[in-house]
Amino acid sequence: MTLGLINANPVVHAKKKRVARPLDDPHADDAVDPLEIYDIVRDIRDPEHPYSLEQLSVLSEESITVDEKLGRILITFTPTIQHCSMATVIGLCLREKLKDCFPAHFKVDIKVAPGSHADEEAVNKQLNDKERVAAALENPNLRQLVTECLYSSEL
Amino acid sequence: MAKPTEYVKHIESYVDSSSSPSQQAASVDALAILLRNDLLTLEALVRELDLYLTTTDSIIRSRGILLLGELLTQLELKPLSDAAIHSLIGFLTERLEDWRALRGALVGCLALLRRKTDVGVVTENDAEAVMKSYMQYLQVQSMGQHDRKLCFELLECLLERYPNAVQPLGNELFYSICEGIDEEKDPQCLILAFHIVEVAAKLFPDPSGPFASYAADIFEILGRYFPIHFTHPKSEDIGVSRDELSRALLLAFAATPLFEPFAIPLLLDKLSSSLPSAKVESFKYLGYCAPMYGSDRMAKHGGALWSSVKDVLYTSPESALSVESESDGGMIFEESDIMVEALILLEGLMQQNSDLLLDMILGDEDINNFICSFLKPWDIHDTPLQLRQQLHSVGRLLAVSAKSSMASCNRVFEKFFPQMMEALGCSVGNHSDESFATEDRALSSRFNYGTLYLCVELLDACRCLVLGFKESTSFPDFIHEKWCCMLHGFCRSLINIFFSNLEAVSGNAQSSFAYTGVKGLQLLATFPRSFAPVSLLLFENILLKLVSAITSNFDKKFSWGLELKALVEIGLYIEGYQESEKAATFARIVVDKFVSWISSDEPAMPLSLKMQAICETGMTGISNMLRIVQGMEKAISAKFTQAYVDGNFESVELVIKVLECYSARVLPWFEMNGGSEEVAWNLAAIIWDKIDNSSSVNLTVQNYELLGAAMTAMKQAVRRCSQESQEKIVNRAFRVLSASTLFPLKDSPFATSLSNSEDSYLNHHVDRVSCRDEWIISLYASVVIALRPQTHVQNLKMVLQLFIMALTKGHIPSAQALGSLVNKLPSKTNERHLSQEYGVEEAIDVILTSSIWNFCQSNTLRKCSLFGGGNEIHNTKCLAGLNHTSVHISAIVGLAWIGKGLIMRGHEGIKDITMTFLGVLLENTNNGDFPESCDPIEGKEQEVIPLMKSAADAFHILLSDSEDCLNRNYHSVIRPLYKQRFYNSVMPLLLSSTRQSNSIITRSMLFRSFAHVISETPLSAMISEANKLIPLLLDSLSTLTEDVMHKDVIYNVILVLSAILMDKNGQVAVLENAQAIINQLIGLAAYPHMMVIRETAIQCLGAMSELPYARIYPSRTKVLQAISKALDDPKRAVRQEAVRCRQAWASIASRSLHF
Repeated sequence: MTLGLINANPVVHAKKKRVARPLDDPHADDAVDPLEIYDIVRDIRDPEHPYSLEQLSVLSEESITVDEKLGRILITFTPTIQHCSMATVIGLCLREKLKDCFPAHFKVDIKVAPGSHADEEAVNKQLNDKERVAAALENPNLRQLVTECLYSSEL
Repeated sequence: MAKPTEYVKHIESYVDSSSSPSQQAASVDALAILLRNDLLTLEALVRELDLYLTTTDSIIRSRGILLLGELLTQLELKPLSDAAIHSLIGFLTERLEDWRALRGALVGCLALLRRKTDVGVVTENDAEAVMKSYMQYLQVQSMGQHDRKLCFELLECLLERYPNAVQPLGNELFYSICEGIDEEKDPQCLILAFHIVEVAAKLFPDPSGPFASYAADIFEILGRYFPIHFTHPKSEDIGVSRDELSRALLLAFAATPLFEPFAIPLLLDKLSSSLPSAKVESFKYLGYCAPMYGSDRMAKHGGALWSSVKDVLYTSPESALSVESESDGGMIFEESDIMVEALILLEGLMQQNSDLLLDMILGDEDINNFICSFLKPWDIHDTPLQLRQQLHSVGRLLAVSAKSSMASCNRVFEKFFPQMMEALGCSVGNHSDESFATEDRALSSRFNYGTLYLCVELLDACRCLVLGFKESTSFPDFIHEKWCCMLHGFCRSLINIFFSNLEAVSGNAQSSFAYTGVKGLQLLATFPRSFAPVSLLLFENILLKLVSAITSNFDKKFSWGLELKALVEIGLYIEGYQESEKAATFARIVVDKFVSWISSDEPAMPLSLKMQAICETGMTGISNMLRIVQGMEKAISAKFTQAYVDGNFESVELVIKVLECYSARVLPWFEMNGGSEEVAWNLAAIIWDKIDNSSSVNLTVQNYELLGAAMTAMKQAVRRCSQESQEKIVNRAFRVLSASTLFPLKDSPFATSLSNSEDSYLNHHVDRVSCRDEWIISLYASVVIALRPQTHVQNLKMVLQLFIMALTKGHIPSAQALGSLVNKLPSKTNERHLSQEYGVEEAIDVILTSSIWNFCQSNTLRKCSLFGGGNEIHNTKCLAGLNHTSVHISAIVGLAWIGKGLIMRGHEGIKDITMTFLGVLLENTNNGDFPESCDPIEGKEQEVIPLMKSAADAFHILLSDSEDCLNRNYHSVIRPLYKQRFYNSVMPLLLSSTRQSNSIITRSMLFRSFAHVISETPLSAMISEANKLIPLLLDSLSTLTEDVMHKDVIYNVILVLSAILMDKNGQVAVLENAQAIINQLIGLAAYPHMMVIRETAIQCLGAMSELPYARIYPSRTKVLQAISKALDDPKRAVRQEAVRCRQAWASIASRSLHF
């Protein structure tokens, strides 16, 4: 399969400094917040390029919302180009990573930012359908791609 | 002589290509030993090798020659005859031709050429022959990496060691160098190649010699490597780092001026690169090469160099605002690496050819316009960042230019200074009157920030210039230099302007002006005395102004700090440059003024700021510090009584601050700077005088704080005194002590038996120790804690009794003092009179025979008659009331401190004390367990548990390091490895007791002691027995988790466990108990009472995942299940740890988390 890259020359942004949280504050409110989720997903590698989702500006802290009481996480990401066929892979990666890092009672919704993708509706549907996600991850090629993105040491 | 059969087998084993590398190495070593010990001559060996060296089978031939080469390498230090060397090198030179067996020849040649002169060396003729053969036969770039490296080493060695032999070869040599190093890519070979070029270039410095004609070719090859781009991620893999390579290339570039026509254009070209690292490198290379190439050659590049420097510094400066810059108006910048290197280059060029460069800088229109644009007033806060960056850069430019020499300083001043002064509205101040009348000048001109900033930078530069001269011996007469005259003329007006800047600060919050104002004043005040512009009177005015600013500005933290720092800098300068007149003025105006603050209410600044100002100015020099100490002594004398008798709030606060200042700053400063002990002695004396003279004390909360501060100061003071002074202090203290109401002891018959009198004493007197007595005994204890071992304490017996009495009241310092006493007393005494020269044995006798320990049933302290049938009585007494329990707890704590003193010196007495603690712990074992016992005594549990807990915690006191006493600072006797010894002796006891006891409470308390012991003992002492320790550790964890009270102890235990996990030696034991450890850790990962325990437990679990797969795989599911619960932990730190741990465990089988 010698298809060209979907987005050959993406714009790379600088990594932001990690915000160190104040240590040793026993009374701090340690509820799950967007920054905690962002810290977990920012280093996922892009399926195409050796850059993190943060560097490609696919994700930002503002695009994540959490409601701890209801146990809901909503992530809205922005594919680098409108026709990005990798959007679903990125979504799968996000879902896998969150499944690893958060207890099962959180309901995770993953969406592409409105207007950022040509097939917005289809992608959203695909990413939030339990059956389809499970099926996709049983495909060995997809599974390998996701694993590579999640645990890549290239960054 | 060795028989041929002996060494032939080694030769055969080496030459045989089927033998393993280690066998081959062993045979080389064996042969080398034979040769070195003269059991085999080289000649005989070569003869034996004959066939191997000349056979037509190239594999065997190459092995044979390599053997010869390796042997020669090993024999580098063995003397050889000239003839032998000649024939060997001749043979090997010839063999360079033989490409199939090359490596041996290279190794051999290299070994022979590297020999030292005293063991026989290769002649120059032979070396020339090697060189020729090298040039003729070796095609370096067609070889493998290792052979290339050997070739380069050979060439390097020839160039370095035999310059005369290679010199005649000229052009051919360079041809072969070019051919050899062209296209080289291996880092190790490259370093050698760069060095070869460097050496060769230095060998042929002649500008019309052979190197000159090849310079262009060689540089073309070298230039490609600049800037060094390194793709190897880890330099350890290849043994060469990027910096080393870059350094080698730099040296090659700078080796000869002949490279100049090629190198400078290349470097200038690379400056236009967008890669920051390339720019940094280029500037670095330029800075290094410029002085090497010489000013004549560099002159023609002047314009280009200046424009590139200007580009980086001025046109697009990359400086970043520093962190603290927010508050000062944003003019403190951190320069980027590029700018730093550019400034270094500029400095170098200024040293080399200042006229040329100054022409360009001063003639530069951009810079001129920029400075002119700043001549009109503007507001720093409205200025865009880039403009401020440029201002900063221009300041640096001017400073670097002015700093380089007198002449350039003159030129810079002439060009800019009058303009600036005019812009600031300064006139040449020739007024004869010294008053500082406010001049009716437009105020706005004084707040011309840009000009002020540049002006301060210039001042800084010329001060550096003058001080630089001052350090060297030739001290030019710079008073007649132009810049100096100018400065002299404007000095007064400048000071006026800086003054008004300071005033502006007190008016509103324009802190950026504070920075220039303070900095300017500080610079002017620290010009050398011989340099006239700042007269003594002006200096005085500056100091007065700064002091008044400090007095009034204390609410503006930033400018206050600046002003104080400026004063401290001025003080340090005066001290460093021995300016006696200025020193007197400084002391009069600044130090005395500050000292007067201590005891007055003026100025109304917070006490902590006052003390900070006082201490920091004091630390500028010994004379200032002594003045300040005098002031503080006076203050203590004046206020102490007030504070301590009446509890007057302000006095208490003042005295506490002064005492803290003493212990935290003044006393350490004197120790560092070699001051006398007088200060320490005086402090102790004053405190005792004051205590002695007052009769009663008011007990307030602040009073306790005051007591704490006084005790710390007393300890700090006494520990720094000599033995004689300590004796004086201790005697003085004892006089006060004996005059106090604590001494009905005097009347009671203490000599032999104490039990009855003491008991009644405990009951009647202890509860009513007056506040004054508490002060006296606490301070006395502080003195005793800090004594040196040699210091003699009078009336020791009475002192001991007194301390024992006090410790039953729960007075910890007394217990610590007792511990210090038994730690330091001499072990043997000659005289044995009562209350004379006590030895440690006598002291222990007195202490341990006291009846206060008798509550313990199994008292083993001293088996003297005191207990006999008294046990039961005491036991019932012990249970009679809560009041007594608290006395017993105090007694246990006291005994622990005494034990600590003994354990540190390694005294036997510790055994008895340990047994006492164990006795308390085991006491109720015989009575059965409380919950199950048939008739539980109501309230017994409440009494006994705290008692047992304190006995268990006594082990913590015994082994932990204390800040307050019994450490090196307080001259303790410390036996090496005392913790290890104690660990070894107490562990079996604890273990057997644990096994025997069947009561839950006793067990948990025993485990608590065990936990204290293991957490304080160094890991190295325990790790050898880790396999025995781990099961116990796990037992203790499971027992201790039952009760919340033990949570701190659990944390300590789990830290020990994690240390064992991390230790290599511990891992074997961990492996044996892997399942049990994992089970225990899983339990702790959900421990509800303490977050750090959960976190550490999960960390340990993560570390366990590194163990061999087969051992831990069975637990995988269990661990993953437990961790997935931890993912929902309320604390973020635990959740994050859980994610990591889960990942580690999941990946031991596959990436999937399914289980």
